[in-house]
Amino acid sequence: MPRPHLYLLAALVAAAGLSHFSDRIDPYHLDVLTGIGINIILAVSLNLVNGYTGQFSLGHAGFMSVGAYLAAAVSLFLGPKILGEAGGTALQQGFMFLAALVAGGLGAAFAGLVVGVPSLRLKGDYLALVTLGFGEIIRVIFQNVEFLGGALGLNGIPAYTSIFWVLAFVALAVFVVTCLVNSTYGRGFLATHDDEIASEAVGLNTTRYKIVAFVIGAFFAGTAGGLYGHFKMTITPTGFDFTKSIEIVVMVIMGGMGNTLGVILAAVLLTLLPELLRPIAEYRMILYSLLLIILMLARPQGLFNFKLGKAKS
Amino acid sequence: MSEFLQQLINGLSLGAIYALIALGYTMVYGVLRFINFAHSDVFMVGSFIGYYLGKIIPENTIWGGLVILLGAMLGCALLGMLIERLAYRRLRGGPTLNVLITAIGVSLLLEYSGQVFFGATPRTFPSVFPSANFSFGSLVISSNQIIVIVVAALLMVALQLIVYRTKIGTAMRAVSLNPKAAQLVGVNNDVVISFTFGLGSALAGAGGILYALNYPSIDPLMGVMPGLKAFVAAVLGGIGNIPGAALGGLLLGTVETFVNGSQWSTYKDAIAFAILIIILLFRPAGLLGKFTVEKV
Repeated sequence: MPRPHLYLLAALVAAAGLSHFSDRIDPYHLDVLTGIGINIILAVSLNLVNGYTGQFSLGHAGFMSVGAYLAAAVSLFLGPKILGEAGGTALQQGFMFLAALVAGGLGAAFAGLVVGVPSLRLKGDYLALVTLGFGEIIRVIFQNVEFLGGALGLNGIPAYTSIFWVLAFVALAVFVVTCLVNSTYGRGFLATHDDEIASEAVGLNTTRYKIVAFVIGAFFAGTAGGLYGHFKMTITPTGFDFTKSIEIVVMVIMGGMGNTLGVILAAVLLTLLPELLRPIAEYRMILYSLLLIILMLARPQGLFNFKLGKAKS
Repeated sequence: MSEFLQQLINGLSLGAIYALIALGYTMVYGVLRFINFAHSDVFMVGSFIGYYLGKIIPENTIWGGLVILLGAMLGCALLGMLIERLAYRRLRGGPTLNVLITAIGVSLLLEYSGQVFFGATPRTFPSVFPSANFSFGSLVISSNQIIVIVVAALLMVALQLIVYRTKIGTAMRAVSLNPKAAQLVGVNNDVVISFTFGLGSALAGAGGILYALNYPSIDPLMGVMPGLKAFVAAVLGGIGNIPGAALGGLLLGTVETFVNGSQWSTYKDAIAFAILIIILLFRPAGLLGKFTVEKV
């Protein structure tokens, strides 16, 4: 078996092992760990778009919300019909959850395709704005769909998310993104990032690469949304606004744009930071934004980017 | 018909405010080619300066209102120049992405500081100008709407004069065309860029006061939506183009008011973004912008 596959297997075994001991871990720590895991999935998937492929999407929270709503709808509306009144066994629930997450991911991927095909012709600031616009439109639509709870959101989503599912999907997201960018096909993402015109000159279809990155990124954002919904048990449209998108973008930039390990570290740090700053509750967000500005001024290449002497723009 | 006229007037007074904010975005984009995300929060600070000045200056007087308006413009101009000096200047010439993120950081900083220092609960903005309603048949126009439209129009004319009739305005246009060449002929880019930020932020401050006159509930996050929409207005008119920003603002305000009055009112926040997407896809240079081919 090739090495990455071994890593994936090891990570899944570790996830299962950890979840076996999860009732011995402090519930607060478990919650923080779940939050970290979900953010890692979001950051790693956005890194494929913003980091490796060099596009600038500000709408990741929109795809997350599509996944969250779709997965929650599957669990809430289809779940009772399939599992019956009793709720089914743990194994049945597990399969149900997997189906809901995959449905959420596919729905988000489809949304990514719909958004990506027209907008990826644009570049830089303009692409950022169009994706931001789509993210906000998705939010307004969810606010107006009565069937999905409107502005109040969906409540009473079954709490299926466990540390096992989160870690398993973290492993899967990291595995897929790493294998993809290291494959022969995946070099195209980096080529698109480095020089679009030169890539096209040697015959790469850069638009297709951008769309593929966008769709895969959206898929994992959708699964992260599904995990989030089944973790918080309630979702509202305003929970997925453009502040959330920015939070994910910051993780990617701090991690060094196109550096999966750095992005994972940044996701861990940025999820822990507000928790650690909790004693100074009032000022913590001020400190957070100040850190962001100082980071950009002092280390524009990202906090965890240690490739020295290779400045990327 | 009278309902149509009423909506048109409401739309124009909202649009005039969008136009004032949009001018700041467009001028900064013109000289620096980046989106100043913090602009919408400068607008918010403008409202709060007005709120606090309103406590010491007697309400319902014309001169008091003008003092508050000028105070907010001055305060915002200083804030804008300070932001440029501390956060953006060092990043000039670097990758646009970093400047964009810094701008987002400054925006978050202003919002969260506002929540800590002003408080997160909405405040009621004082009625700084004397107010009255004028009715023409079934048409009702409030004095505040007239003030908004008149002040916005005067400021836009003043801006046009500054940009096209003064030395610093000529320098601004030179930097916008080609920063390096401007420097070669003796333009001090730092001064010009600082001035641009000051000018744009002053307009945002005026917009903050005018907005609060018509929607007198202010809070630290009030800038986010008007800011995004004003940006859409700037793109709609053609970013970097001053008359375009004014036109875009008026159009957007009018469209939004009409949507708000129709059965689709709950979608009014989505309309601006839908317009943005359509414009960027079919005419990225905007209504009045010049289309330029990107050279390799």
